[in-house]
Amino acid sequence: MTEPGIRHLWRSLSIEGRVVHALLMREILTRYGRHNIGFLWLFVEPMMFTLGVTAIWTLLRSIHGSSLPIAAFALSGYSTVLLWRNMPSRCIGAIGPNLSLTYHSNVKLIDVFLARLLLEAGGATISFVVLSIVFIAVGLIDPPEDVLQVAWAWFMTAWFGFSLGLLLGTLSEDHEIIEKLWHPASYLLFPLSGAAFLVDSLPKAAQEWVLYLPMVHGVEAVREGYFGSAVRAHYDLGYMAAINMSMLILAMAQLRKISRTVVPQ
Amino acid sequence: MIQLSNVSKYYATRNGQTKIFEHVNLMVAPGEKIGILGRNGAGKSTMVRLISGAEQPTSGIVKRKMSVSWPLAFGGAFQGALTGLDNLRFICRIYGVDAEDKIQFVEEFSELGIYLREPVHTYSSGMRARLAFALSMVVEFDCFLIDEIVAVGDARFTDKCHHELFEKRADRAMIIVSHNPSYVREHCDRAVVLSGGGLHHFDDLQGAYDFYSAHYK
Repeated sequence: MTEPGIRHLWRSLSIEGRVVHALLMREILTRYGRHNIGFLWLFVEPMMFTLGVTAIWTLLRSIHGSSLPIAAFALSGYSTVLLWRNMPSRCIGAIGPNLSLTYHSNVKLIDVFLARLLLEAGGATISFVVLSIVFIAVGLIDPPEDVLQVAWAWFMTAWFGFSLGLLLGTLSEDHEIIEKLWHPASYLLFPLSGAAFLVDSLPKAAQEWVLYLPMVHGVEAVREGYFGSAVRAHYDLGYMAAINMSMLILAMAQLRKISRTVVPQ
Repeated sequence: MIQLSNVSKYYATRNGQTKIFEHVNLMVAPGEKIGILGRNGAGKSTMVRLISGAEQPTSGIVKRKMSVSWPLAFGGAFQGALTGLDNLRFICRIYGVDAEDKIQFVEEFSELGIYLREPVHTYSSGMRARLAFALSMVVEFDCFLIDEIVAVGDARFTDKCHHELFEKRADRAMIIVSHNPSYVREHCDRAVVLSGGGLHHFDDLQGAYDFYSAHYK
Protein backbone atom coordinates (compact mmCIF):
# COMPACT_ATOMS: atom_id res chain seq x y z
CA MET A 1 0.00 0.00 0.00
CA THR A 2 2.72 2.50 0.90
CA GLU A 3 4.26 4.23 -2.05
CA PRO A 4 7.70 5.76 -2.11
CA GLY A 5 7.49 9.38 -0.98
CA ILE A 6 8.49 11.01 -4.25
CA ARG A 7 6.04 9.02 -6.34
CA HIS A 8 3.28 9.71 -3.87
CA LEU A 9 4.04 13.42 -3.96
CA TRP A 10 4.15 13.39 -7.76
CA ARG A 11 0.77 11.66 -7.97
CA SER A 12 -0.76 14.14 -5.53
CA LEU A 13 0.65 17.06 -7.49
CA SER A 14 -0.73 15.73 -10.77
CA ILE A 15 -4.20 15.33 -9.22
CA GLU A 16 -3.93 18.86 -7.83
CA GLY A 17 -2.97 20.21 -11.24
CA ARG A 18 -5.84 18.39 -12.91
CA VAL A 19 -8.42 19.67 -10.44
CA VAL A 20 -7.23 23.28 -10.57
CA HIS A 21 -7.17 23.14 -14.38
CA ALA A 22 -10.75 21.79 -14.41
CA LEU A 23 -11.91 24.54 -12.05
CA LEU A 24 -10.11 27.20 -14.07
CA MET A 25 -11.83 26.14 -17.29
CA ARG A 26 -15.17 26.01 -15.50
CA GLU A 27 -14.64 29.45 -14.02
CA ILE A 28 -13.64 30.95 -17.37
CA LEU A 29 -16.66 29.46 -19.15
CA THR A 30 -19.05 30.51 -16.39
CA ARG A 31 -17.75 34.04 -16.09
CA TYR A 32 -17.10 34.93 -19.69
CA GLY A 33 -19.24 32.45 -21.60
CA ARG A 34 -18.92 31.89 -25.30
CA HIS A 35 -20.51 35.14 -26.43
CA ASN A 36 -18.67 37.94 -28.24
CA ILE A 37 -14.98 37.89 -27.25
CA GLY A 38 -15.39 35.18 -24.58
CA PHE A 39 -12.39 34.56 -22.38
CA LEU A 40 -10.52 37.54 -23.83
CA TRP A 41 -12.50 39.58 -21.29
CA LEU A 42 -10.14 38.08 -18.73
CA PHE A 43 -7.57 40.73 -19.64
CA VAL A 44 -9.56 43.13 -21.80
CA GLU A 45 -11.54 44.19 -18.73
CA PRO A 46 -8.48 45.21 -16.65
CA MET A 47 -6.99 46.79 -19.78
CA MET A 48 -10.06 48.99 -20.14
CA PHE A 49 -9.69 50.08 -16.51
CA THR A 50 -6.06 50.96 -16.95
CA LEU A 51 -6.64 52.74 -20.25
CA GLY A 52 -9.51 54.72 -18.76
CA VAL A 53 -7.45 55.81 -15.78
CA THR A 54 -4.55 56.71 -18.05
CA ALA A 55 -6.85 58.86 -20.18
CA ILE A 56 -8.40 60.63 -17.20
CA TRP A 57 -5.10 61.33 -15.51
CA THR A 58 -3.66 62.60 -18.76
CA LEU A 59 -6.59 64.98 -19.30
CA LEU A 60 -6.50 66.23 -15.72
CA ARG A 61 -2.69 66.51 -15.88
CA SER A 62 -2.83 65.12 -12.40
CA ILE A 63 -0.11 66.22 -10.09
CA HIS A 64 2.03 63.31 -9.09
CA GLY A 65 5.21 65.06 -8.22
CA SER A 66 7.58 63.67 -10.80
CA SER A 67 8.84 64.15 -14.29
CA LEU A 68 7.50 60.77 -15.46
CA PRO A 69 5.08 60.80 -18.37
CA ILE A 70 1.56 60.29 -17.06
CA ALA A 71 1.01 57.20 -19.21
CA ALA A 72 3.97 55.47 -17.60
CA PHE A 73 2.76 56.50 -14.19
CA ALA A 74 -0.80 55.25 -14.71
CA LEU A 75 0.25 51.98 -16.33
CA SER A 76 2.61 50.96 -13.55
CA GLY A 77 0.36 52.28 -10.77
CA TYR A 78 -3.07 51.17 -11.78
CA SER A 79 -1.98 47.75 -13.04
CA THR A 80 -0.54 46.86 -9.66
CA VAL A 81 -3.71 48.04 -7.93
CA LEU A 82 -5.78 45.72 -10.13
CA LEU A 83 -3.39 42.91 -9.31
CA TRP A 84 -3.69 43.05 -5.53
CA ARG A 85 -7.24 44.37 -5.30
CA ASN A 86 -9.10 41.93 -7.57
CA MET A 87 -7.82 38.77 -5.91
CA PRO A 88 -9.47 39.44 -2.52
CA SER A 89 -12.64 40.64 -4.26
CA ARG A 90 -12.98 37.31 -6.06
CA CYS A 91 -12.10 35.22 -2.99
CA ILE A 92 -14.62 36.74 -0.61
CA GLY A 93 -17.71 34.55 -0.72
CA ALA A 94 -16.06 32.12 -3.16
CA ILE A 95 -16.89 29.01 -1.16
CA GLY A 96 -20.69 29.22 -1.02
CA PRO A 97 -21.57 28.69 -4.69
CA ASN A 98 -18.84 26.05 -5.12
CA LEU A 99 -19.37 24.04 -1.98
CA SER A 100 -21.19 21.15 -3.64
CA LEU A 101 -18.07 20.51 -5.72
CA THR A 102 -16.45 19.01 -2.63
CA TYR A 103 -18.60 15.93 -3.18
CA HIS A 104 -15.85 15.05 -5.64
CA SER A 105 -13.34 13.74 -3.16
CA ASN A 106 -10.36 15.27 -5.00
CA VAL A 107 -11.77 18.79 -4.85
CA LYS A 108 -10.78 20.71 -1.73
CA LEU A 109 -11.61 24.25 -0.69
CA ILE A 110 -8.09 25.41 -1.50
CA ASP A 111 -8.65 24.38 -5.14
CA VAL A 112 -11.64 26.69 -5.46
CA PHE A 113 -9.53 29.58 -4.14
CA LEU A 114 -6.49 28.64 -6.24
CA ALA A 115 -8.50 28.63 -9.46
CA ARG A 116 -9.91 32.09 -8.80
CA LEU A 117 -6.58 33.51 -7.60
CA LEU A 118 -4.70 32.21 -10.63
CA LEU A 119 -7.36 33.56 -12.95
CA GLU A 120 -7.26 37.05 -11.42
CA ALA A 121 -3.46 37.17 -11.29
CA GLY A 122 -3.30 35.90 -14.87
CA GLY A 123 -5.77 38.48 -16.15
CA ALA A 124 -4.00 41.40 -14.45
CA THR A 125 -0.58 40.18 -15.63
CA ILE A 126 -1.61 39.70 -19.27
CA SER A 127 -3.24 43.13 -19.22
CA PHE A 128 -0.06 44.74 -17.81
CA VAL A 129 2.21 43.01 -20.32
CA VAL A 130 0.00 43.69 -23.35
CA LEU A 131 -0.46 47.36 -22.46
CA SER A 132 3.26 47.74 -21.80
CA ILE A 133 4.07 46.34 -25.22
CA VAL A 134 1.48 48.56 -26.90
CA PHE A 135 2.61 51.71 -25.04
CA ILE A 136 6.24 50.97 -25.88
CA ALA A 137 5.42 50.18 -29.51
CA VAL A 138 3.62 53.50 -30.04
CA GLY A 139 6.38 55.38 -28.24
CA LEU A 140 4.31 56.47 -25.24
CA ILE A 141 6.88 55.08 -22.80
CA ASP A 142 10.38 53.65 -22.93
CA PRO A 143 11.05 49.93 -22.47
CA PRO A 144 11.70 48.93 -18.82
CA GLU A 145 15.27 49.46 -17.67
CA ASP A 146 15.35 46.23 -15.70
CA VAL A 147 12.76 43.67 -16.80
CA LEU A 148 13.80 41.18 -14.12
CA GLN A 149 13.21 43.65 -11.33
CA VAL A 150 9.78 44.51 -12.75
CA ALA A 151 8.95 40.80 -12.85
CA TRP A 152 10.20 40.29 -9.31
CA ALA A 153 8.30 43.26 -7.89
CA TRP A 154 5.22 42.18 -9.82
CA PHE A 155 5.53 38.72 -8.30
CA MET A 156 5.79 40.21 -4.79
CA THR A 157 2.61 42.22 -5.40
CA ALA A 158 0.86 39.12 -6.74
CA TRP A 159 1.95 37.22 -3.63
CA PHE A 160 0.52 40.04 -1.51
CA GLY A 161 -2.82 39.82 -3.34
CA PHE A 162 -2.76 36.04 -3.12
CA SER A 163 -2.22 36.01 0.66
CA LEU A 164 -4.67 38.81 1.31
CA GLY A 165 -7.26 37.15 -0.95
CA LEU A 166 -6.90 33.78 0.72
CA LEU A 167 -7.02 35.32 4.18
CA LEU A 168 -10.11 37.46 3.53
CA GLY A 169 -11.76 34.68 1.51
CA THR A 170 -11.41 32.12 4.30
CA LEU A 171 -12.35 34.63 7.00
CA SER A 172 -15.46 35.72 5.09
CA GLU A 173 -16.76 32.17 5.44
CA ASP A 174 -16.98 32.65 9.23
CA HIS A 175 -17.57 36.40 9.40
CA GLU A 176 -19.96 38.15 7.03
CA ILE A 177 -18.59 41.50 8.12
CA ILE A 178 -15.43 40.87 6.07
CA GLU A 179 -17.38 41.39 2.87
CA LYS A 180 -18.96 44.56 4.19
CA LEU A 181 -15.61 45.98 5.28
CA TRP A 182 -13.66 45.03 2.16
CA HIS A 183 -15.62 47.28 -0.19
CA PRO A 184 -14.89 50.55 1.62
CA ALA A 185 -11.39 49.37 2.53
CA SER A 186 -10.45 48.63 -1.06
CA TYR A 187 -11.65 52.06 -2.19
CA LEU A 188 -9.92 53.87 0.65
CA LEU A 189 -6.68 51.97 0.16
CA PHE A 190 -6.47 52.95 -3.50
CA PRO A 191 -5.36 56.56 -2.97
CA LEU A 192 -2.91 55.40 -0.29
CA SER A 193 -1.51 52.48 -2.26
CA GLY A 194 1.16 54.37 -4.14
CA ALA A 195 -0.62 54.04 -7.46
CA ALA A 196 -1.30 57.75 -7.70
CA PHE A 197 1.87 59.18 -6.14
CA LEU A 198 5.55 58.56 -5.76
CA VAL A 199 6.63 58.08 -2.16
CA ASP A 200 9.58 60.37 -2.80
CA SER A 201 7.25 63.31 -3.53
CA LEU A 202 5.56 63.05 -0.11
CA PRO A 203 6.68 64.94 3.01
CA LYS A 204 9.10 62.92 5.15
CA ALA A 205 6.52 62.25 7.88
CA ALA A 206 3.92 60.98 5.43
CA GLN A 207 6.50 58.70 3.77
CA GLU A 208 7.07 56.86 7.00
CA TRP A 209 3.37 56.24 7.49
CA VAL A 210 2.56 55.24 3.95
CA LEU A 211 5.42 52.74 3.90
CA TYR A 212 3.59 50.66 6.49
CA LEU A 213 1.31 49.61 3.62
CA PRO A 214 2.88 46.57 1.94
CA MET A 215 1.55 47.27 -1.57
CA VAL A 216 3.34 50.63 -1.64
CA HIS A 217 6.65 48.74 -1.58
CA GLY A 218 5.51 46.62 -4.52
CA VAL A 219 4.54 49.51 -6.77
CA GLU A 220 7.68 51.48 -5.87
CA ALA A 221 9.83 48.50 -6.82
CA VAL A 222 7.92 48.03 -10.08
CA ARG A 223 8.55 51.68 -10.94
CA GLU A 224 12.24 51.49 -10.11
CA GLY A 225 12.56 48.48 -12.41
CA TYR A 226 10.61 50.25 -15.13
CA PHE A 227 12.02 53.77 -14.98
CA GLY A 228 15.25 53.21 -13.05
CA SER A 229 17.20 56.40 -12.73
CA ALA A 230 14.18 58.64 -13.46
CA VAL A 231 12.66 57.95 -10.04
CA ARG A 232 13.93 57.64 -6.49
CA ALA A 233 12.08 54.63 -5.12
CA HIS A 234 11.50 53.82 -1.47
CA TYR A 235 10.82 50.18 -0.71
CA ASP A 236 11.80 47.18 1.38
CA LEU A 237 10.82 43.90 -0.23
CA GLY A 238 11.95 42.06 2.91
CA TYR A 239 9.25 43.88 4.88
CA MET A 240 6.73 43.03 2.18
CA ALA A 241 7.76 39.35 2.22
CA ALA A 242 7.33 39.21 6.00
CA ILE A 243 3.80 40.63 5.76
CA ASN A 244 2.92 38.35 2.84
CA MET A 245 4.19 35.28 4.65
CA SER A 246 2.38 36.16 7.89
CA MET A 247 -0.90 36.64 6.08
CA LEU A 248 -0.38 33.39 4.16
CA ILE A 249 0.20 31.42 7.36
CA LEU A 250 -2.88 32.92 9.02
CA ALA A 251 -4.88 32.16 5.87
CA MET A 252 -3.78 28.51 5.85
CA ALA A 253 -4.76 28.17 9.52
CA GLN A 254 -8.18 29.69 8.84
CA LEU A 255 -8.58 27.46 5.77
CA ARG A 256 -7.90 24.43 7.93
CA LYS A 257 -10.47 25.63 10.43
CA ILE A 258 -13.27 26.16 7.92
CA SER A 259 -12.47 22.88 6.10
CA ARG A 260 -13.57 21.09 9.22
CA THR A 261 -16.84 22.94 9.60
CA VAL A 262 -18.29 23.71 6.17
CA VAL A 263 -21.19 21.52 5.12
CA PRO A 264 -22.43 21.25 1.55
CA GLN A 265 -26.15 20.76 1.01
CA MET B 1 -11.05 -0.39 1.34
CA ILE B 2 -12.91 2.34 3.15
CA GLN B 3 -12.57 2.60 6.89
CA LEU B 4 -14.29 4.81 9.42
CA SER B 5 -12.60 4.60 12.81
CA ASN B 6 -14.31 6.00 15.85
CA VAL B 7 -15.95 8.75 13.83
CA SER B 8 -18.10 11.35 15.58
CA LYS B 9 -19.92 14.29 14.10
CA TYR B 10 -21.38 17.31 15.86
CA TYR B 11 -22.89 20.40 14.33
CA ALA B 12 -22.73 23.82 15.92
CA THR B 13 -26.21 25.24 16.47
CA ARG B 14 -27.58 28.18 18.42
CA ASN B 15 -28.17 25.79 21.29
CA GLY B 16 -24.61 24.56 21.37
CA GLN B 17 -23.13 21.41 19.88
CA THR B 18 -25.68 18.94 18.55
CA LYS B 19 -24.67 15.32 18.25
CA ILE B 20 -25.43 13.58 14.94
CA PHE B 21 -23.65 10.34 15.81
CA GLU B 22 -20.57 9.24 17.68
CA HIS B 23 -18.03 6.40 17.86
CA VAL B 24 -19.03 5.05 14.48
CA ASN B 25 -16.91 2.26 13.01
CA LEU B 26 -17.41 0.89 9.54
CA MET B 27 -15.30 -1.03 7.06
CA VAL B 28 -16.14 -1.57 3.42
CA ALA B 29 -14.00 -4.08 1.52
CA PRO B 30 -13.55 -4.04 -2.28
CA GLY B 31 -16.59 -5.52 -4.00
CA GLU B 32 -18.70 -5.46 -0.87
CA LYS B 33 -22.29 -4.19 -1.03
CA ILE B 34 -23.37 -2.58 2.17
CA GLY B 35 -26.61 -0.86 3.07
CA ILE B 36 -26.88 1.94 5.62
CA LEU B 37 -30.44 2.15 6.88
CA GLY B 38 -31.85 5.06 8.81
CA ARG B 39 -34.99 7.09 8.96
CA ASN B 40 -35.20 10.82 8.28
CA GLY B 41 -32.86 12.77 10.51
CA ALA B 42 -30.77 9.78 11.58
CA GLY B 43 -27.70 11.27 9.88
CA LYS B 44 -27.70 9.42 6.55
CA SER B 45 -26.78 12.46 4.48
CA THR B 46 -24.04 13.37 6.94
CA MET B 47 -22.71 9.82 6.56
CA VAL B 48 -22.70 10.19 2.77
CA ARG B 49 -20.77 13.45 2.99
CA LEU B 50 -18.23 12.00 5.40
CA ILE B 51 -17.61 8.99 3.16
CA SER B 52 -17.34 11.07 -0.02
CA GLY B 53 -15.01 13.54 1.68
CA ALA B 54 -17.31 16.54 1.28
CA GLU B 55 -17.24 17.00 5.03
CA GLN B 56 -14.71 16.27 7.79
CA PRO B 57 -15.57 14.37 10.97
CA THR B 58 -15.50 16.26 14.27
CA SER B 59 -13.27 13.47 15.58
CA GLY B 60 -12.11 10.10 14.32
CA ILE B 61 -10.61 9.08 10.99
CA VAL B 62 -12.08 8.37 7.56
CA LYS B 63 -9.68 6.43 5.33
CA ARG B 64 -10.30 5.96 1.62
CA LYS B 65 -7.98 3.41 0.06
CA MET B 66 -10.16 3.00 -3.01
CA SER B 67 -11.74 5.57 -5.25
CA VAL B 68 -15.23 6.58 -4.12
CA SER B 69 -17.84 8.12 -6.39
CA TRP B 70 -19.77 11.24 -5.57
CA PRO B 71 -23.33 10.39 -4.43
CA LEU B 72 -24.81 8.71 -7.47
CA ALA B 73 -27.06 10.75 -9.74
CA PHE B 74 -26.24 13.81 -7.64
CA GLY B 75 -26.79 16.86 -9.84
CA GLY B 76 -26.17 19.56 -7.26
CA ALA B 77 -22.72 20.33 -8.59
CA PHE B 78 -23.93 21.20 -12.07
CA GLN B 79 -23.11 24.67 -13.22
CA GLY B 80 -26.42 25.87 -14.69
CA ALA B 81 -24.83 28.31 -17.13
CA LEU B 82 -22.75 25.54 -18.67
CA THR B 83 -24.00 22.98 -21.15
CA GLY B 84 -24.34 19.28 -20.38
CA LEU B 85 -21.26 18.74 -22.50
CA ASP B 86 -19.25 21.33 -20.52
CA ASN B 87 -20.24 19.59 -17.31
CA LEU B 88 -19.11 16.28 -18.79
CA ARG B 89 -15.74 17.80 -19.69
CA PHE B 90 -15.43 19.24 -16.19
CA ILE B 91 -16.04 15.85 -14.54
CA CYS B 92 -13.59 14.20 -16.93
CA ARG B 93 -10.88 16.77 -16.19
CA ILE B 94 -11.26 16.30 -12.44
CA TYR B 95 -10.95 12.54 -12.65
CA GLY B 96 -8.38 12.39 -15.44
CA VAL B 97 -10.64 10.71 -18.01
CA ASP B 98 -10.59 11.52 -21.74
CA ALA B 99 -13.90 13.27 -22.38
CA GLU B 100 -13.96 12.72 -26.14
CA ASP B 101 -14.30 8.93 -25.64
CA LYS B 102 -17.29 9.43 -23.38
CA ILE B 103 -19.40 11.90 -25.33
CA GLN B 104 -21.12 9.22 -27.37
CA PHE B 105 -21.97 7.17 -24.30
CA VAL B 106 -23.43 10.14 -22.43
CA GLU B 107 -25.32 11.28 -25.53
CA GLU B 108 -26.96 7.89 -25.97
CA PHE B 109 -27.47 7.03 -22.33
CA SER B 110 -28.92 10.34 -21.18
CA GLU B 111 -31.20 10.58 -24.25
CA LEU B 112 -30.78 14.34 -24.18
CA GLY B 113 -30.29 14.73 -27.92
CA ILE B 114 -29.51 18.31 -28.94
CA TYR B 115 -30.01 19.46 -25.36
CA LEU B 116 -26.63 18.06 -24.38
CA ARG B 117 -25.24 21.18 -26.04
CA GLU B 118 -27.64 23.56 -24.26
CA PRO B 119 -27.16 25.17 -20.81
CA VAL B 120 -28.19 22.90 -17.95
CA HIS B 121 -30.54 25.55 -16.51
CA THR B 122 -32.85 24.93 -19.47
CA TYR B 123 -33.27 21.27 -18.44
CA SER B 124 -36.28 19.77 -16.72
CA SER B 125 -35.61 17.92 -13.46
CA GLY B 126 -35.90 14.60 -15.28
CA MET B 127 -33.33 15.69 -17.85
CA ARG B 128 -30.96 16.81 -15.11
CA ALA B 129 -31.32 13.49 -13.34
CA ARG B 130 -30.62 11.56 -16.55
CA LEU B 131 -27.52 13.64 -17.23
CA ALA B 132 -26.36 13.20 -13.63
CA PHE B 133 -26.70 9.44 -13.81
CA ALA B 134 -24.94 9.24 -17.17
CA LEU B 135 -22.03 11.33 -15.85
CA SER B 136 -21.77 9.08 -12.81
CA MET B 137 -21.11 6.18 -15.18
CA VAL B 138 -18.30 7.96 -17.01
CA VAL B 139 -15.69 7.46 -14.29
CA GLU B 140 -14.84 3.90 -13.26
CA PHE B 141 -14.89 4.01 -9.47
CA ASP B 142 -13.95 1.16 -7.10
CA CYS B 143 -16.86 2.07 -4.88
CA PHE B 144 -20.18 3.66 -5.75
CA LEU B 145 -21.96 5.78 -3.21
CA ILE B 146 -25.71 5.60 -3.67
CA ASP B 147 -27.86 8.07 -1.77
CA GLU B 148 -31.48 6.93 -1.61
CA ILE B 149 -33.06 5.10 -4.47
CA VAL B 150 -31.82 5.55 -7.97
CA ALA B 151 -35.22 6.11 -9.50
CA VAL B 152 -34.52 8.28 -12.49
CA GLY B 153 -37.09 8.93 -15.20
CA ASP B 154 -39.61 6.35 -16.32
CA ALA B 155 -39.56 2.59 -15.72
CA ARG B 156 -37.58 1.91 -18.90
CA PHE B 157 -34.88 4.37 -17.93
CA THR B 158 -34.75 2.97 -14.40
CA ASP B 159 -34.15 -0.48 -15.92
CA LYS B 160 -31.33 0.94 -18.00
CA CYS B 161 -29.73 2.45 -14.88
CA HIS B 162 -30.15 -0.80 -13.03
CA HIS B 163 -28.41 -2.71 -15.81
CA GLU B 164 -25.58 -0.20 -16.06
CA LEU B 165 -24.96 -0.08 -12.32
CA PHE B 166 -25.85 -3.40 -10.72
CA GLU B 167 -25.15 -5.74 -13.64
CA LYS B 168 -22.27 -4.22 -15.59
CA ARG B 169 -20.55 -3.01 -12.40
CA ALA B 170 -21.45 -5.94 -10.17
CA ASP B 171 -17.80 -6.37 -9.15
CA ARG B 172 -17.57 -2.94 -7.49
CA ALA B 173 -18.17 -2.05 -3.89
CA MET B 174 -21.38 -0.18 -3.22
CA ILE B 175 -22.64 1.79 -0.27
CA ILE B 176 -26.37 2.27 -0.41
CA VAL B 177 -27.86 4.78 2.00
CA SER B 178 -31.62 4.48 2.29
CA HIS B 179 -34.70 4.47 4.47
CA ASN B 180 -36.17 1.70 2.39
CA PRO B 181 -35.24 -1.75 3.76
CA SER B 182 -36.53 -3.72 0.79
CA TYR B 183 -34.30 -1.79 -1.62
CA VAL B 184 -31.29 -2.44 0.59
CA ARG B 185 -32.26 -6.10 0.87
CA GLU B 186 -32.36 -6.46 -2.89
CA HIS B 187 -28.87 -5.12 -3.51
CA CYS B 188 -26.74 -5.57 -0.40
CA ASP B 189 -24.75 -8.35 1.28
CA ARG B 190 -25.07 -6.80 4.68
CA ALA B 191 -26.59 -3.77 6.33
CA VAL B 192 -26.04 -1.46 9.26
CA VAL B 193 -28.62 0.75 10.93
CA LEU B 194 -28.05 4.38 11.88
CA SER B 195 -30.18 5.29 14.87
CA GLY B 196 -30.00 6.94 18.27
CA GLY B 197 -26.69 8.64 17.48
CA GLY B 198 -24.82 5.40 16.74
CA LEU B 199 -24.30 2.76 14.08
CA HIS B 200 -25.62 -0.73 14.77
CA HIS B 201 -23.95 -3.75 13.19
CA PHE B 202 -25.57 -7.12 12.48
CA ASP B 203 -24.38 -10.56 11.44
CA ASP B 204 -26.73 -10.79 8.51
CA LEU B 205 -29.20 -8.76 6.48
CA GLN B 206 -32.15 -10.29 8.32
CA GLY B 207 -30.86 -9.01 11.66
CA ALA B 208 -30.64 -5.44 10.36
CA TYR B 209 -34.01 -5.76 8.73
CA ASP B 210 -35.67 -7.03 11.93
CA PHE B 211 -34.06 -4.33 14.05
CA TYR B 212 -35.06 -1.60 11.63
CA SER B 213 -38.66 -2.76 11.26
CA ALA B 214 -39.05 -3.31 15.01
CA HIS B 215 -37.91 0.24 15.72
CA TYR B 216 -39.65 2.06 12.92
CA LYS B 217 -43.07 0.69 12.25
